Amino acid sequence: MPDTILFYLLAGVAIIASALVIGQRNPMYSIMLLIASFGALSGLYITLDAPFVAMAQIIVYAGAIMVLFLFVVMLLNAPQEDAAEWDRAHPMRRPGFARFGALLAGLLIAELAWALMRASSLVETPVAGRGDAAALSSVRALGGVLFTYYVFAFEATSVLILVAMVGAVVLARREDDR
Amino acid sequence: MGLATLWASFDPYLRPSVIGLMIFVVFNALIIASAILVLAERKIMGFMQQRYGPYLVGPHGMLQPIADILKLLFKEELRPKGADRWLFTLAPVISVVAAFAAFATVPFGAETTFFGLLDEPIKLGVSDVNVGVLVVFAVTSMGVYGIVLAGWSSNSKYSLMGGLRASAQMISYELAYATALASVVMLAGSLSLREVVDAQSGYWLGFIPRWYLFLQPLGFIIYVIAGVAETNRAPFDFPEAEQELVAGYNTEYSSVRFALFPQAEYINMVTMSAVATDLYLGGWHGPFLPPAYGWIWFLLKVGLILFAYIWVRWTVPRYRYDQLMQFGWKWLFPAAVLNLIATAALILYFNA
Repeated sequence: MPDTILFYLLAGVAIIASALVIGQRNPMYSIMLLIASFGALSGLYITLDAPFVAMAQIIVYAGAIMVLFLFVVMLLNAPQEDAAEWDRAHPMRRPGFARFGALLAGLLIAELAWALMRASSLVETPVAGRGDAAALSSVRALGGVLFTYYVFAFEATSVLILVAMVGAVVLARREDDR
Repeated sequence: MGLATLWASFDPYLRPSVIGLMIFVVFNALIIASAILVLAERKIMGFMQQRYGPYLVGPHGMLQPIADILKLLFKEELRPKGADRWLFTLAPVISVVAAFAAFATVPFGAETTFFGLLDEPIKLGVSDVNVGVLVVFAVTSMGVYGIVLAGWSSNSKYSLMGGLRASAQMISYELAYATALASVVMLAGSLSLREVVDAQSGYWLGFIPRWYLFLQPLGFIIYVIAGVAETNRAPFDFPEAEQELVAGYNTEYSSVRFALFPQAEYINMVTMSAVATDLYLGGWHGPFLPPAYGWIWFLLKVGLILFAYIWVRWTVPRYRYDQLMQFGWKWLFPAAVLNLIATAALILYFNA
Protein backbone atom coordinates (compact mmCIF):
# COMPACT_ATOMS: atom_id res chain seq x y z
CA MET A 1 0.00 0.00 0.00
CA PRO A 2 2.73 2.57 0.76
CA ASP A 3 4.20 1.65 -2.62
CA THR A 4 0.94 2.51 -4.32
CA ILE A 5 0.67 5.86 -2.54
CA LEU A 6 4.28 6.62 -3.39
CA PHE A 7 3.66 5.71 -7.02
CA TYR A 8 0.67 8.01 -7.38
CA LEU A 9 2.48 10.80 -5.53
CA LEU A 10 5.59 10.59 -7.71
CA ALA A 11 3.61 10.05 -10.91
CA GLY A 12 1.41 13.03 -10.01
CA VAL A 13 4.43 15.26 -9.43
CA ALA A 14 6.00 14.10 -12.70
CA ILE A 15 2.85 14.71 -14.76
CA ILE A 16 1.90 18.05 -13.18
CA ALA A 17 5.47 19.37 -13.39
CA SER A 18 5.74 18.27 -17.03
CA ALA A 19 2.43 19.94 -17.86
CA LEU A 20 3.53 23.16 -16.16
CA VAL A 21 6.79 23.14 -18.13
CA ILE A 22 4.89 23.99 -21.32
CA GLY A 23 2.72 26.56 -19.57
CA GLN A 24 5.51 28.85 -18.34
CA ARG A 25 6.38 32.12 -20.10
CA ASN A 26 9.72 32.26 -18.29
CA PRO A 27 12.11 29.57 -19.60
CA MET A 28 13.94 29.53 -16.24
CA TYR A 29 10.82 28.25 -14.47
CA SER A 30 10.30 25.70 -17.23
CA ILE A 31 13.76 24.30 -16.59
CA MET A 32 13.24 24.10 -12.83
CA LEU A 33 9.92 22.29 -13.33
CA LEU A 34 11.53 19.89 -15.78
CA ILE A 35 14.18 19.09 -13.15
CA ALA A 36 11.39 18.42 -10.62
CA SER A 37 9.77 16.09 -13.15
CA PHE A 38 13.06 14.21 -13.65
CA GLY A 39 13.45 13.92 -9.89
CA ALA A 40 9.99 12.37 -9.58
CA LEU A 41 10.78 9.95 -12.42
CA SER A 42 13.97 8.92 -10.66
CA GLY A 43 11.91 8.28 -7.53
CA LEU A 44 9.67 6.01 -9.59
CA TYR A 45 12.73 4.04 -10.73
CA ILE A 46 13.78 3.57 -7.10
CA THR A 47 10.34 2.15 -6.24
CA LEU A 48 10.89 -0.25 -9.16
CA ASP A 49 14.11 -1.57 -7.52
CA ALA A 50 16.31 0.06 -10.15
CA PRO A 51 18.59 2.42 -8.17
CA PHE A 52 21.22 2.50 -10.89
CA VAL A 53 18.74 3.72 -13.51
CA ALA A 54 17.41 6.26 -11.00
CA MET A 55 20.88 7.68 -10.36
CA ALA A 56 21.72 7.66 -14.07
CA GLN A 57 18.53 9.64 -14.64
CA ILE A 58 19.61 12.27 -12.12
CA ILE A 59 23.22 12.45 -13.30
CA VAL A 60 22.53 12.51 -17.03
CA TYR A 61 19.28 14.46 -17.26
CA ALA A 62 18.96 16.57 -14.14
CA GLY A 63 22.71 16.98 -13.65
CA ALA A 64 24.23 17.37 -17.09
CA ILE A 65 21.60 18.14 -19.70
CA MET A 66 19.57 20.60 -17.63
CA VAL A 67 22.72 22.51 -16.62
CA LEU A 68 23.38 22.88 -20.33
CA PHE A 69 19.79 24.13 -20.81
CA LEU A 70 20.29 26.65 -18.01
CA PHE A 71 23.56 27.76 -19.56
CA VAL A 72 21.91 28.40 -22.93
CA VAL A 73 18.92 30.22 -21.42
CA MET A 74 21.21 32.42 -19.34
CA LEU A 75 23.54 33.07 -22.26
CA LEU A 76 20.67 34.19 -24.49
CA ASN A 77 19.12 35.88 -21.44
CA ALA A 78 15.61 35.48 -22.86
CA PRO A 79 13.21 36.52 -20.08
CA GLN A 80 10.12 36.10 -22.24
CA GLU A 81 9.35 33.72 -25.03
CA ASP A 82 9.41 35.80 -28.19
CA ALA A 83 9.49 34.42 -31.71
CA ALA A 84 11.77 36.57 -33.80
CA GLU A 85 10.96 37.60 -37.35
CA TRP A 86 13.37 35.17 -38.97
CA ASP A 87 11.87 32.42 -36.86
CA ARG A 88 8.40 33.01 -38.29
CA ALA A 89 9.78 33.09 -41.82
CA HIS A 90 11.85 29.95 -41.28
CA PRO A 91 12.01 27.57 -44.28
CA MET A 92 10.64 24.78 -42.04
CA ARG A 93 7.40 26.78 -41.81
CA ARG A 94 6.60 26.28 -45.51
CA PRO A 95 3.25 24.52 -46.15
CA GLY A 96 4.85 21.31 -47.42
CA PHE A 97 6.98 20.82 -44.33
CA ALA A 98 4.15 21.89 -42.05
CA ARG A 99 1.80 19.26 -43.51
CA PHE A 100 4.47 16.60 -43.14
CA GLY A 101 4.88 17.61 -39.50
CA ALA A 102 1.12 17.39 -38.96
CA LEU A 103 1.15 13.90 -40.48
CA LEU A 104 3.94 12.84 -38.11
CA ALA A 105 2.00 14.23 -35.13
CA GLY A 106 -1.09 12.27 -36.24
CA LEU A 107 0.99 9.10 -36.48
CA LEU A 108 2.36 9.70 -32.99
CA ILE A 109 -1.15 10.05 -31.57
CA ALA A 110 -2.24 6.82 -33.29
CA GLU A 111 0.84 5.04 -31.96
CA LEU A 112 0.22 6.26 -28.41
CA ALA A 113 -3.44 5.19 -28.56
CA TRP A 114 -2.44 1.76 -29.84
CA ALA A 115 0.21 1.34 -27.15
CA LEU A 116 -2.19 2.38 -24.38
CA MET A 117 -4.86 -0.04 -25.63
CA ARG A 118 -2.35 -2.88 -25.69
CA ALA A 119 -1.09 -1.94 -22.22
CA SER A 120 -4.55 -2.26 -20.72
CA SER A 121 -4.80 -5.81 -22.06
CA LEU A 122 -1.35 -6.62 -20.68
CA VAL A 123 -2.32 -5.66 -17.14
CA GLU A 124 -4.84 -8.52 -17.02
CA THR A 125 -2.24 -11.23 -17.62
CA PRO A 126 0.28 -11.82 -14.83
CA VAL A 127 3.71 -10.67 -15.98
CA ALA A 128 6.03 -13.63 -16.30
CA GLY A 129 9.66 -13.36 -15.25
CA ARG A 130 9.05 -10.51 -12.84
CA GLY A 131 12.15 -11.61 -10.94
CA ASP A 132 14.23 -10.60 -13.95
CA ALA A 133 13.69 -6.96 -13.00
CA ALA A 134 15.62 -7.38 -9.75
CA ALA A 135 18.42 -9.20 -11.54
CA LEU A 136 18.54 -6.47 -14.16
CA SER A 137 19.00 -3.78 -11.55
CA SER A 138 22.56 -5.00 -11.08
CA VAL A 139 24.85 -2.79 -13.12
CA ARG A 140 26.80 -5.72 -14.50
CA ALA A 141 23.66 -7.41 -15.83
CA LEU A 142 22.39 -4.14 -17.24
CA GLY A 143 25.65 -3.51 -19.09
CA GLY A 144 25.73 -7.06 -20.40
CA VAL A 145 22.19 -6.88 -21.76
CA LEU A 146 22.71 -3.39 -23.19
CA PHE A 147 25.80 -4.35 -25.17
CA THR A 148 24.64 -7.77 -26.38
CA TYR A 149 20.88 -8.23 -26.65
CA TYR A 150 19.90 -4.57 -27.13
CA VAL A 151 23.07 -3.49 -28.91
CA PHE A 152 21.20 -2.58 -32.11
CA ALA A 153 18.75 -0.33 -30.28
CA PHE A 154 21.67 1.15 -28.34
CA GLU A 155 23.66 1.98 -31.47
CA ALA A 156 20.55 3.20 -33.31
CA THR A 157 19.83 5.59 -30.42
CA SER A 158 23.33 7.01 -30.59
CA VAL A 159 22.87 7.65 -34.33
CA LEU A 160 19.51 9.28 -33.57
CA ILE A 161 21.16 11.62 -31.08
CA LEU A 162 23.81 12.52 -33.64
CA VAL A 163 21.08 13.27 -36.21
CA ALA A 164 19.26 15.41 -33.65
CA MET A 165 22.45 17.33 -32.94
CA VAL A 166 23.08 18.01 -36.64
CA GLY A 167 19.42 18.98 -37.02
CA ALA A 168 19.68 21.42 -34.13
CA VAL A 169 22.73 23.07 -35.68
CA VAL A 170 20.99 23.34 -39.07
CA LEU A 171 17.80 24.77 -37.55
CA ALA A 172 19.55 27.19 -35.25
CA ARG A 173 21.72 28.70 -37.98
CA ARG A 174 20.24 31.81 -39.54
CA GLU A 175 19.94 32.09 -43.29
CA ASP A 176 22.29 35.09 -43.57
CA ASP A 177 25.07 33.41 -41.56
CA ARG A 178 26.53 31.60 -44.55
CA MET B 1 27.60 -0.77 30.80
CA GLY B 2 26.35 2.69 31.63
CA LEU B 3 25.26 3.96 28.27
CA ALA B 4 23.85 0.65 27.10
CA THR B 5 21.53 0.35 30.12
CA LEU B 6 20.52 3.98 29.76
CA TRP B 7 19.78 3.25 26.13
CA ALA B 8 17.71 0.19 26.99
CA SER B 9 15.82 2.04 29.70
CA PHE B 10 14.23 4.31 27.10
CA ASP B 11 10.74 3.44 26.04
CA PRO B 12 11.13 1.64 22.68
CA TYR B 13 8.88 4.18 20.96
CA LEU B 14 10.83 7.14 22.30
CA ARG B 15 14.24 5.56 21.79
CA PRO B 16 16.02 7.26 18.94
CA SER B 17 16.86 4.83 16.16
CA VAL B 18 20.49 4.19 15.30
CA ILE B 19 20.01 5.71 11.85
CA GLY B 20 18.37 8.78 13.35
CA LEU B 21 21.28 9.23 15.75
CA MET B 22 23.71 8.79 12.89
CA ILE B 23 21.95 11.48 10.85
CA PHE B 24 22.02 13.80 13.85
CA VAL B 25 25.72 13.20 14.48
CA VAL B 26 26.77 13.57 10.84
CA PHE B 27 24.61 16.67 10.30
CA ASN B 28 26.12 18.43 13.29
CA ALA B 29 29.61 17.19 12.49
CA LEU B 30 29.32 18.78 9.05
CA ILE B 31 28.17 22.09 10.53
CA ILE B 32 31.04 22.06 13.03
CA ALA B 33 33.47 21.01 10.30
CA SER B 34 32.48 24.01 8.20
CA ALA B 35 33.03 26.30 11.19
CA ILE B 36 36.44 24.76 11.87
CA LEU B 37 37.36 25.07 8.21
CA VAL B 38 36.55 28.79 8.19
CA LEU B 39 38.93 29.26 11.11
CA ALA B 40 41.54 26.89 9.65
CA GLU B 41 41.44 28.68 6.35
CA ARG B 42 42.08 32.08 7.91
CA LYS B 43 44.72 30.73 10.29
CA ILE B 44 46.62 28.86 7.58
CA MET B 45 46.34 31.83 5.25
CA GLY B 46 47.75 34.04 7.99
CA PHE B 47 50.59 31.57 8.60
CA MET B 48 51.43 31.50 4.89
CA GLN B 49 51.44 35.28 4.72
CA GLN B 50 53.57 35.59 7.89
CA ARG B 51 50.91 37.04 10.14
CA TYR B 52 48.67 35.69 12.91
CA GLY B 53 45.25 35.59 11.30
CA PRO B 54 42.24 36.04 13.61
CA TYR B 55 43.60 36.48 17.12
CA LEU B 56 41.21 38.54 19.24
CA VAL B 57 38.08 36.42 19.80
CA GLY B 58 38.89 33.73 22.35
CA PRO B 59 42.35 32.22 22.90
CA HIS B 60 44.34 32.52 19.66
CA GLY B 61 41.15 33.59 17.89
CA MET B 62 39.60 30.13 18.31
CA LEU B 63 36.08 31.53 18.74
CA GLN B 64 36.22 33.61 15.56
CA PRO B 65 33.73 31.36 13.64
CA ILE B 66 31.10 31.90 16.36
CA ALA B 67 31.57 35.65 16.09
CA ASP B 68 31.29 35.41 12.30
CA ILE B 69 28.08 33.39 12.50
CA LEU B 70 26.49 35.80 15.01
CA LYS B 71 27.43 38.77 12.88
CA LEU B 72 25.84 37.21 9.80
CA LEU B 73 22.70 36.24 11.72
CA PHE B 74 22.08 39.81 12.87
CA LYS B 75 22.63 41.45 9.51
CA GLU B 76 19.73 42.79 7.48
CA GLU B 77 18.45 40.66 4.67
CA LEU B 78 18.28 42.52 1.38
CA ARG B 79 16.80 41.57 -1.94
CA PRO B 80 17.50 43.59 -5.08
CA LYS B 81 14.46 45.24 -6.61
CA GLY B 82 14.47 43.36 -9.90
CA ALA B 83 15.34 39.99 -8.37
CA ASP B 84 13.17 36.96 -8.99
CA ARG B 85 11.59 36.47 -5.58
CA TRP B 86 11.12 32.68 -5.61
CA LEU B 87 14.36 31.63 -7.19
CA PHE B 88 16.38 34.17 -5.16
CA THR B 89 15.12 32.54 -1.95
CA LEU B 90 15.37 29.00 -3.28
CA ALA B 91 18.96 29.21 -4.56
CA PRO B 92 20.89 29.15 -1.24
CA VAL B 93 18.54 26.45 0.06
CA ILE B 94 19.30 24.21 -2.93
CA SER B 95 23.02 24.78 -2.43
CA VAL B 96 23.11 23.83 1.22
CA VAL B 97 20.62 20.94 0.99
CA ALA B 98 22.62 19.34 -1.80
CA ALA B 99 25.81 19.80 0.22
CA PHE B 100 24.37 18.06 3.29
CA ALA B 101 22.61 15.33 1.33
CA ALA B 102 25.75 14.36 -0.58
CA PHE B 103 27.36 13.08 2.60
CA ALA B 104 24.48 10.64 3.19
CA THR B 105 26.11 7.69 1.46
CA VAL B 106 29.72 8.34 2.48
CA PRO B 107 30.94 5.66 4.93
CA PHE B 108 33.57 6.78 7.44
CA GLY B 109 34.39 3.78 9.58
CA ALA B 110 34.31 0.00 9.90
CA GLU B 111 31.70 -1.90 11.88
CA THR B 112 31.98 -0.99 15.54
CA THR B 113 30.07 -1.43 18.79
CA PHE B 114 31.73 1.65 20.34
CA PHE B 115 33.74 -0.46 22.84
CA GLY B 116 30.73 -2.56 23.79
CA LEU B 117 28.33 0.31 24.32
CA LEU B 118 25.94 -0.98 21.68
CA ASP B 119 24.42 -4.44 21.55
CA GLU B 120 24.79 -4.84 17.81
CA PRO B 121 27.71 -3.53 15.79
CA ILE B 122 26.80 -0.67 13.47
CA LYS B 123 28.47 0.44 10.29
CA LEU B 124 29.77 4.00 10.55
CA GLY B 125 27.99 5.87 7.79
CA VAL B 126 24.49 7.25 7.43
CA SER B 127 23.28 4.82 4.80
CA ASP B 128 24.84 2.12 2.69
CA VAL B 129 23.31 1.89 -0.77
CA ASN B 130 24.72 -0.30 -3.49
CA VAL B 131 25.13 2.64 -5.86
CA GLY B 132 26.73 4.95 -3.27
CA VAL B 133 29.37 6.40 -5.61
CA LEU B 134 26.66 7.48 -8.04
CA VAL B 135 24.48 8.97 -5.30
CA VAL B 136 27.32 11.21 -4.11
CA PHE B 137 28.05 12.22 -7.69
CA ALA B 138 24.39 12.88 -8.54
CA VAL B 139 23.67 14.94 -5.44
CA THR B 140 26.84 17.07 -5.67
CA SER B 141 25.99 17.80 -9.29
CA MET B 142 22.63 19.15 -8.09
CA GLY B 143 24.47 21.73 -5.98
CA VAL B 144 25.43 23.79 -9.03
CA TYR B 145 21.78 24.77 -9.51
CA GLY B 146 21.98 26.79 -6.32
CA ILE B 147 24.90 28.81 -7.69
CA VAL B 148 23.46 29.18 -11.19
CA LEU B 149 20.02 30.22 -9.94
CA ALA B 150 21.55 32.63 -7.44
CA GLY B 151 23.46 34.23 -10.29
CA TRP B 152 20.44 34.46 -12.57
CA SER B 153 17.79 35.52 -10.07
CA SER B 154 19.85 38.38 -8.56
CA ASN B 155 19.26 40.53 -11.66
CA SER B 156 22.82 41.79 -11.61
CA LYS B 157 25.32 41.39 -14.40
CA TYR B 158 28.15 40.32 -12.10
CA SER B 159 25.96 37.63 -10.56
CA LEU B 160 24.82 36.49 -14.00
CA MET B 161 28.40 36.16 -15.18
CA GLY B 162 29.22 34.14 -12.07
CA GLY B 163 26.27 31.82 -12.64
CA LEU B 164 27.17 31.36 -16.30
CA ARG B 165 30.72 30.49 -15.39
CA ALA B 166 29.55 28.04 -12.72
CA SER B 167 27.39 26.11 -15.19
CA ALA B 168 30.08 26.02 -17.91
CA GLN B 169 32.75 24.99 -15.42
CA MET B 170 30.53 22.28 -13.96
CA ILE B 171 29.82 20.72 -17.35
CA SER B 172 33.50 20.78 -18.28
CA TYR B 173 34.91 19.28 -15.11
CA GLU B 174 32.15 16.83 -14.22
CA LEU B 175 33.14 14.66 -17.19
CA ALA B 176 36.74 14.26 -16.06
CA TYR B 177 35.53 13.74 -12.48
CA ALA B 178 33.11 10.97 -13.46
CA THR B 179 35.66 9.28 -15.69
CA ALA B 180 38.21 9.20 -12.86
CA LEU B 181 35.51 7.71 -10.59
CA ALA B 182 34.71 5.05 -13.19
CA SER B 183 38.31 3.77 -13.18
CA VAL B 184 38.18 3.14 -9.43
CA VAL B 185 34.74 1.54 -9.71
CA MET B 186 36.12 -0.85 -12.34
CA LEU B 187 39.07 -1.77 -10.10
CA ALA B 188 36.87 -2.45 -7.09
CA GLY B 189 34.11 -4.08 -9.14
CA SER B 190 31.46 -2.34 -7.06
CA LEU B 191 29.56 0.94 -6.94
CA SER B 192 29.18 0.77 -3.16
CA LEU B 193 31.64 3.05 -1.38
CA ARG B 194 31.94 0.64 1.54
CA GLU B 195 32.92 -2.21 -0.77
CA VAL B 196 35.41 0.04 -2.55
CA VAL B 197 37.04 0.80 0.81
CA ASP B 198 37.08 -2.83 1.89
CA ALA B 199 38.72 -3.79 -1.41
CA GLN B 200 41.68 -1.66 -0.29
CA SER B 201 42.42 -3.48 2.98
CA GLY B 202 45.68 -5.33 3.44
CA TYR B 203 49.21 -4.79 2.14
CA TRP B 204 51.37 -5.55 -0.86
CA LEU B 205 54.73 -7.15 0.07
CA GLY B 206 53.75 -6.72 3.68
CA PHE B 207 54.25 -2.97 3.94
CA ILE B 208 52.71 -1.07 1.00
CA PRO B 209 49.02 -0.49 1.78
CA ARG B 210 46.72 -1.69 -1.01
CA TRP B 211 45.37 1.78 -1.65
CA TYR B 212 44.07 2.67 -5.08
CA LEU B 213 46.30 5.73 -4.92
CA PHE B 214 49.17 3.46 -5.96
CA LEU B 215 47.18 1.80 -8.75
CA GLN B 216 45.56 5.01 -9.93
CA PRO B 217 48.05 7.84 -9.37
CA LEU B 218 46.86 9.68 -12.48
CA GLY B 219 43.23 9.06 -11.54
CA PHE B 220 43.83 10.51 -8.08
CA ILE B 221 45.40 13.68 -9.52
CA ILE B 222 42.52 14.08 -11.98
CA TYR B 223 39.97 13.47 -9.23
CA VAL B 224 41.50 16.07 -6.93
CA ILE B 225 41.83 18.71 -9.66
CA ALA B 226 38.27 18.14 -10.85
CA GLY B 227 37.13 18.12 -7.22
CA VAL B 228 38.68 21.54 -6.60
CA ALA B 229 36.93 22.80 -9.73
CA GLU B 230 33.63 21.23 -8.66
CA THR B 231 33.71 22.91 -5.28
CA ASN B 232 34.59 26.26 -6.93
CA ARG B 233 37.76 26.74 -4.94
CA ALA B 234 40.83 28.66 -6.06
CA PRO B 235 42.52 28.32 -8.52
CA PHE B 236 39.15 27.48 -10.12
CA ASP B 237 36.94 29.94 -8.22
CA PHE B 238 35.58 31.62 -11.35
CA PRO B 239 31.94 31.88 -10.25
CA GLU B 240 33.01 34.32 -7.54
CA ALA B 241 36.30 35.71 -8.89
CA GLU B 242 36.62 38.81 -6.71
CA GLN B 243 38.90 40.83 -8.93
CA GLU B 244 36.61 40.47 -11.94
CA LEU B 245 33.06 39.98 -10.68
CA VAL B 246 32.87 41.76 -7.29
CA ALA B 247 31.79 38.52 -5.59
CA GLY B 248 30.23 36.68 -8.52
CA TYR B 249 27.04 34.75 -7.96
CA ASN B 250 26.61 35.87 -4.34
CA THR B 251 27.15 39.61 -4.93
CA GLU B 252 23.55 40.52 -4.09
CA TYR B 253 23.18 38.20 -1.11
CA SER B 254 23.39 39.25 2.50
CA SER B 255 22.87 37.87 6.00
CA VAL B 256 21.98 34.19 6.45
CA ARG B 257 21.18 33.69 2.79
CA PHE B 258 24.75 34.69 2.03
CA ALA B 259 26.15 32.54 4.83
CA LEU B 260 24.57 29.44 3.33
CA PHE B 261 26.76 29.65 0.21
CA PRO B 262 30.16 29.49 1.93
CA GLN B 263 28.74 26.87 4.28
CA ALA B 264 27.71 24.74 1.30
CA GLU B 265 31.16 25.26 -0.18
CA TYR B 266 32.94 24.08 2.97
CA ILE B 267 30.65 21.07 3.38
CA ASN B 268 31.24 20.18 -0.25
CA MET B 269 34.98 20.32 0.45
CA VAL B 270 34.55 17.89 3.34
CA THR B 271 32.48 15.55 1.18
CA MET B 272 34.98 15.72 -1.65
CA SER B 273 37.85 14.92 0.72
CA ALA B 274 35.91 12.10 2.38
CA VAL B 275 35.09 10.52 -0.98
CA ALA B 276 38.72 10.90 -2.09
CA THR B 277 39.77 9.14 1.12
CA ASP B 278 37.28 6.34 0.54
CA LEU B 279 38.17 5.88 -3.12
CA TYR B 280 41.94 6.35 -3.19
CA LEU B 281 43.42 6.41 0.32
CA GLY B 282 41.93 3.24 1.74
CA GLY B 283 39.26 4.95 3.85
CA TRP B 284 39.58 3.87 7.46
CA HIS B 285 42.25 1.21 6.80
CA GLY B 286 45.65 2.01 8.20
CA PRO B 287 48.47 0.58 10.31
CA PHE B 288 48.95 0.70 14.12
CA LEU B 289 45.26 1.12 15.00
CA PRO B 290 42.73 -1.70 15.50
CA PRO B 291 39.81 -1.64 13.03
CA ALA B 292 37.44 -0.21 15.68
CA TYR B 293 39.54 2.96 15.75
CA GLY B 294 39.67 3.21 11.95
CA TRP B 295 37.67 6.41 11.95
CA ILE B 296 40.73 8.16 13.43
CA TRP B 297 42.68 7.27 10.29
CA PHE B 298 39.73 8.48 8.26
CA LEU B 299 39.64 11.85 10.01
CA LEU B 300 43.42 12.21 9.65
CA LYS B 301 43.32 11.55 5.91
CA VAL B 302 40.37 13.86 5.36
CA GLY B 303 42.15 16.56 7.38
CA LEU B 304 45.26 16.14 5.25
CA ILE B 305 43.33 16.60 2.01
CA LEU B 306 41.48 19.59 3.44
CA PHE B 307 44.80 21.15 4.42
CA ALA B 308 46.02 20.63 0.85
CA TYR B 309 42.82 22.33 -0.39
CA ILE B 310 43.54 25.44 1.68
CA TRP B 311 47.25 25.29 0.89
CA VAL B 312 46.51 25.30 -2.86
CA ARG B 313 44.07 28.17 -2.50
CA TRP B 314 46.65 30.50 -0.99
CA THR B 315 49.61 29.53 -3.15
CA VAL B 316 48.28 29.05 -6.70
CA PRO B 317 46.95 32.08 -8.61
CA ARG B 318 43.61 31.90 -10.39
CA TYR B 319 43.59 30.65 -13.95
CA ARG B 320 42.30 32.76 -16.80
CA TYR B 321 38.86 31.67 -17.95
CA ASP B 322 39.95 30.44 -21.40
CA GLN B 323 42.82 28.56 -19.73
CA LEU B 324 40.29 26.84 -17.48
CA MET B 325 38.26 25.61 -20.44
CA GLN B 326 41.36 24.65 -22.39
CA PHE B 327 42.80 22.72 -19.46
CA GLY B 328 39.50 20.96 -18.72
CA TRP B 329 38.69 19.83 -22.23
CA LYS B 330 42.10 19.41 -23.83
CA TRP B 331 44.13 17.97 -20.98
CA LEU B 332 42.12 16.75 -18.02
CA PHE B 333 39.31 14.96 -19.85
CA PRO B 334 41.54 13.18 -22.43
CA ALA B 335 43.89 12.14 -19.61
CA ALA B 336 40.93 10.74 -17.66
CA VAL B 337 39.69 8.80 -20.71
CA LEU B 338 43.15 7.38 -21.37
CA ASN B 339 43.41 6.41 -17.71
CA LEU B 340 40.02 4.67 -17.94
CA ILE B 341 40.96 2.73 -21.09
CA ALA B 342 44.37 1.74 -19.71
CA THR B 343 42.76 0.60 -16.43
CA ALA B 344 40.16 -1.46 -18.30
CA ALA B 345 42.83 -3.05 -20.50
CA LEU B 346 45.04 -3.93 -17.53
CA ILE B 347 42.12 -5.38 -15.58
CA LEU B 348 41.19 -7.54 -18.57
CA TYR B 349 44.82 -8.63 -19.04
CA PHE B 350 45.43 -9.63 -15.42
CA ASN B 351 42.02 -11.21 -14.85
CA ALA B 352 42.03 -13.19 -18.08
